[in-house]
Amino acid sequence: MDFNFTDEQTMLRDSVARYLADTYTFDARMAAVHGESGWNPHVWKAFAEELGILGAPFAEEHGGLGGGAIENMIVMEEIGKALVIEPYLQTVVIGGGFLKAAGGAVADAVIPKIIDGSAVIAFAYAEPQGRYNLADLRTTAKKDGAGYVLNGHKAVVYAAPWATHLIVTARTGGSVRERSGVSVFLIAADAPGITRRDYPTVDGARASEVYFENVAVGADAIIGTEGEALPLVEQVVDEAIAAVCAEAAGVTRKLHEGTLDYSRQRKQFGKSIGEFQVLQHRMVDMFMEVEQAVSMTLMATLRLGEADRGKHVSAAKNKIARGARFVGQNAVQIHGGIGISNELAIGHYFKRATMIESQFGDADFHLRRFESLMD
Amino acid sequence: MDLNFSADDLAFQQEVRTFIADHYPPHLKAKFDEGEELSKEDFLSWHRVLAAKGWAGIAWPVEYGGTGWTSVQRYIFAEESARADAMRLLPFGLNMVGPVIYTFGTPEQKAKFLPRILSGDDWWCQGYSEPGAGSDLASLRTKAERFTGDDGKEYYRVNGQKTWTTLAQHADWIFALVRTDATVKAQEGISFLLIDMKTPGITVRPIITLGGEHEVNEVWFEDVIVPIENRVFHENKGWTCAKFLLAHERTGIAGVAASKRGVERIKTIARTETDSFGDEAQPLIANPFFKRKVAELEIDLTALEFTELRTLAGESSGKGPGPESSLLKIKGTEIQQRITELALEAVGHYGAPYFRGFGEGDNEHPIGPDYAHRAAPTYFNVRKTSIYGGSNEIQRNIIAKMVLGL
Repeated sequence: MDFNFTDEQTMLRDSVARYLADTYTFDARMAAVHGESGWNPHVWKAFAEELGILGAPFAEEHGGLGGGAIENMIVMEEIGKALVIEPYLQTVVIGGGFLKAAGGAVADAVIPKIIDGSAVIAFAYAEPQGRYNLADLRTTAKKDGAGYVLNGHKAVVYAAPWATHLIVTARTGGSVRERSGVSVFLIAADAPGITRRDYPTVDGARASEVYFENVAVGADAIIGTEGEALPLVEQVVDEAIAAVCAEAAGVTRKLHEGTLDYSRQRKQFGKSIGEFQVLQHRMVDMFMEVEQAVSMTLMATLRLGEADRGKHVSAAKNKIARGARFVGQNAVQIHGGIGISNELAIGHYFKRATMIESQFGDADFHLRRFESLMD
Repeated sequence: MDLNFSADDLAFQQEVRTFIADHYPPHLKAKFDEGEELSKEDFLSWHRVLAAKGWAGIAWPVEYGGTGWTSVQRYIFAEESARADAMRLLPFGLNMVGPVIYTFGTPEQKAKFLPRILSGDDWWCQGYSEPGAGSDLASLRTKAERFTGDDGKEYYRVNGQKTWTTLAQHADWIFALVRTDATVKAQEGISFLLIDMKTPGITVRPIITLGGEHEVNEVWFEDVIVPIENRVFHENKGWTCAKFLLAHERTGIAGVAASKRGVERIKTIARTETDSFGDEAQPLIANPFFKRKVAELEIDLTALEFTELRTLAGESSGKGPGPESSLLKIKGTEIQQRITELALEAVGHYGAPYFRGFGEGDNEHPIGPDYAHRAAPTYFNVRKTSIYGGSNEIQRNIIAKMVLGL
């Protein structure tokens, strides 16, 4: 057993942390959030060219750094600490995850574009009726000659306004919620028949409702096995959940540190509020949640390759969803009024922590999934 | 003891229900349902209707134009208002400064201010918190120096800053705690002033909160001149008024009737939303994980309701709201926050889109179901309830000290 990072992994973490600390200030982030496009393409370019992190989990033959889930975990934790809005999760973890699993010509073609920053991927999986059930799909892909024609509506597709490609789940067969009949497609975001309604999200990103109306794609758009792709979707979403857990570890770490700092500076009743035992204990409880978030992230990441992966990932997501709520709410509470001001970073960490709670399934969903999978 | 309403109470309930149904401004209901930001006139429209009916001063004594209702009638009115989704009238005039003025004010102050509070002609805001004085309110530093004017009359010159001042952007008057003696123990050098917001030297700056709302403000005072007849109660005895007001604020803060409506709304959402897991789909309310949380919430709300009813019964038998009202504040706000948590959980993915309200000429339908638009901003916003009005930590200190004698 060894929980130490390799030298390369430590370097990766340090270089990302340093770059974000130097350039990705809260003010710079908010300027991007409120800007027209809602993100910072030159940060993305720096991720690709200066840092090379868009290649972190990819094989060297594709131009990557030869890493995997641990490298994603390292990057995502730093992304959480800096509240990065650029779509590493969607493009590298999820898009990359599907392409690595698919292999072949499509992987050879698209992975290098992810690594050089020219491909941005959004994951269109959720539907208005489906909640967190990955198989609850009404979007259809009907066989049409050699290719397929897609119709349907995908809900709250993060990063879609910036995307060059969409990864879309759709039914090539089976009934709604049936495990069989699910297929995955990689489609150019500007393919004819795709329309979007773009909007900001409460946590500072951009997302879209994406509508498919007779979108024709070739047979080569399919990722994985036609009609039997649900296990692949579950695998990649589990990898994404582990990455989001790492992000939560970073977000809650900053919430805790910021609260601790504030409690030392803020004076009431003639002393720092951090001297009040009731707040000390609260901050200790927050600290324990952050430490457990790091632990559960590591546990889930290291078990992504195991047969009972889903159970472990759901355990991590449930624990971290509860912890994120506790840490976020108490960070705001201990800050008092300024905790709910939009002008300070603390509130924005709270908002991101809140959205992470339910991303890819909330605490209840993952508790239920854990129960269904446990011995 | 009897839990049932008397025949008179039932008749009163019917009267209130009918009145609200017939007179509640339809445009206000529409704006509320759409989650739109309310204008000053929106806030006041229902107030004016109730004032014309004589129902604005719900808890006020009859001699000052109040309803003189029994605690049961007040309870019925709150229930019926919540049931109809009628907005609660703003508390700053009616529940805060009004009772201070009729309890501690001079006859002139009562005559000048109380009718205009009741009618809604004067909009009041609360000048309590300062950047350095939050939970430790008595450490406030906004300074009021007394001087004699050229006209031979006595005045205060006010300098300092208040913050978190709710809806000060609309206010005609602010009631402010100011320091009139810095040489004595903090609580003993504070006075309670009524200040006209049009006085030169007052600046209001917005603070935007997490949901994107402009609800609170900073209020700056620079050489603001206030006539001495605008001081309530004795100089340096303002803390007495402040404590009285905080206790009053806490009883209203329980918000039982509104929370009952909130629980109903959660149930409605949960009957509409689909819970999908594995190969099964059902209404979310049938999901045992979710249903259990709604049930626990409802039980806790019942416990709060009967605790409030006991407090109200105590009040009507002559005991004023005491430190027990801190219990209502803590439990009431915790429940309000849990309601917003469940609403956000219930809407699933559609909690994420940020709906900024309809701009001019923007008629495009917002993203997701109507009940989802404000779920996240409301969840963020309602975090304030355990902070304002004396944070819940301070309320626990009050109970520990004043009730438990620790």
